[in-house]
Amino acid sequence: MPTHPFREVAIAGICNTVQARALPDHDSTSIALVGALGALADAGIAPHEVDSVVGTDCAQIALQLGLGPCTRRPSAMGIPAVLDAAALITTGQCNVVLIAAGGAGVHSDHASTAPWTRPANELVVGYGLFTAAEFALMARRHMLTYGTTPEQLATVAAVIRNNGHANPDAVYAGRGPFTPADILASRMIADPFHLLDCATTSEGGCGLVLTSADRAASGATTPVWILGGASDAFGPAYVVAPVWDFQPRADSYPAGLVGARAARISFAMAGLTPSDVDVAELYDPFSFEIIRQLEAFGFCGPGEGGPFVEAGNIGPGGTLPVTTDGGTMSFSHPGINAQQIQRVIRATEQLRRTCASNQVDDAEVAVCSNGGAGALFCDVLLLGRERP
Amino acid sequence: MSLLLPQPEGTPAPRPSLHSRPYWKGCRRRQLLYQRCGKCSFIGLSAFTVCAQCHASSPVWDESAGHGSLYSWTVVWRPPDPSFQVPYAPAVVRLDEGFWMLSAVIGCEPEVLHEDLRLAVEFHPVSDEITLPYFRPV
Repeated sequence: MPTHPFREVAIAGICNTVQARALPDHDSTSIALVGALGALADAGIAPHEVDSVVGTDCAQIALQLGLGPCTRRPSAMGIPAVLDAAALITTGQCNVVLIAAGGAGVHSDHASTAPWTRPANELVVGYGLFTAAEFALMARRHMLTYGTTPEQLATVAAVIRNNGHANPDAVYAGRGPFTPADILASRMIADPFHLLDCATTSEGGCGLVLTSADRAASGATTPVWILGGASDAFGPAYVVAPVWDFQPRADSYPAGLVGARAARISFAMAGLTPSDVDVAELYDPFSFEIIRQLEAFGFCGPGEGGPFVEAGNIGPGGTLPVTTDGGTMSFSHPGINAQQIQRVIRATEQLRRTCASNQVDDAEVAVCSNGGAGALFCDVLLLGRERP
Repeated sequence: MSLLLPQPEGTPAPRPSLHSRPYWKGCRRRQLLYQRCGKCSFIGLSAFTVCAQCHASSPVWDESAGHGSLYSWTVVWRPPDPSFQVPYAPAVVRLDEGFWMLSAVIGCEPEVLHEDLRLAVEFHPVSDEITLPYFRPV
């Protein structure tokens, strides 16, 4: 039996800073630093032990925390940052890797949607495209092909928003509960998405610390292990038309199923199947994306995502509780990066069994995701309590 | 009544890039140009210098007749910035020559939009340099 590629890597530290609609005393760097120090404190690892910083802001974090000389990896964010960090450790290049991100002071013009939702690319900008419309164009194809309904989309949004309602750390804690009818009654943003089908925008930071299995053994927390991970892309986000049936490889699958290959690789690496997953910390930019990911990752068949959520599978106590902290719809959505790492943080909390709300009993295996069809990329990460 | 209309002048306009300039020049002349591979005839989602199928470097520009079918759409009621007039209907159109493009449907009520609705291109200038192709039901 070959050794698992990530056997020597543990997630040892996590931190979510305070998340809020606005953090007027912070900018993105300063709130990311709060997340970085929080994750190191959680791990019981001193800042001077860090020998690598991974993520788009890594150089700034290295400067501000006095970590130089250290390894930098500015190319990745979210789940790819976690996989890059793990690779640095498993290849012996580094022993303690810090990932930190934050968003604050970025979205100040509230007459417009958040700046990261509306990149001014030449083929989309003139038609008023933004993330909600891009994801809606994908959702529409699924509705036309499979008869997926607005009520099924609203069921997803109600479940995730109720998870946030119950989470004392969520930006929208206590703001529910919601029924699917409440979601459908909110004003239309980009048909089929009502306001409450969409991610919120907020501010906050977070940090994640990965280290060697040896160092984690003398750390402060229960290690959480990387069982598998991979990412899929078809092209740059929000640059070309989001076409479900765009399929550059004749022997593969279309862009509407982005993430299916990443899931297959992840499960193969883990030696697991979707039925082994106890909790799914899925990225939830828009309600439909959960239905799509459930199908693309193999939790149900093509076109079965709508009935799967309508049957009550994804709520607390269901067969596959989803996005248990409230996700980007209710917990927080602080910009272009932190909210992606927050899926990994929540999965780690679930596997440590330390969630203040919606703890899944006996959680052993969690899946996380980032991205979505409207953005033409999707990343998958499988985490577990048992060392692979 | 909420007739779908072209956006007024003053909305954010595209900035042509090196390899897309022929497309935007065509729009100014009210011609819908698209690129296909000169070797294998592949058509991509944007301007290209290398074919994404056979990797030949011989793309050619052709003119589309401007007719197609509605592939996907949304109706936006909350625009990304206040200069856009709502509602408007971003859409993916499947052109009869066999390529997809992003545009918006105009000249009808949102309620009449349906899969495979037949559409024809219609050009509307937004600045001296930029003319946007829209699609109207036929």
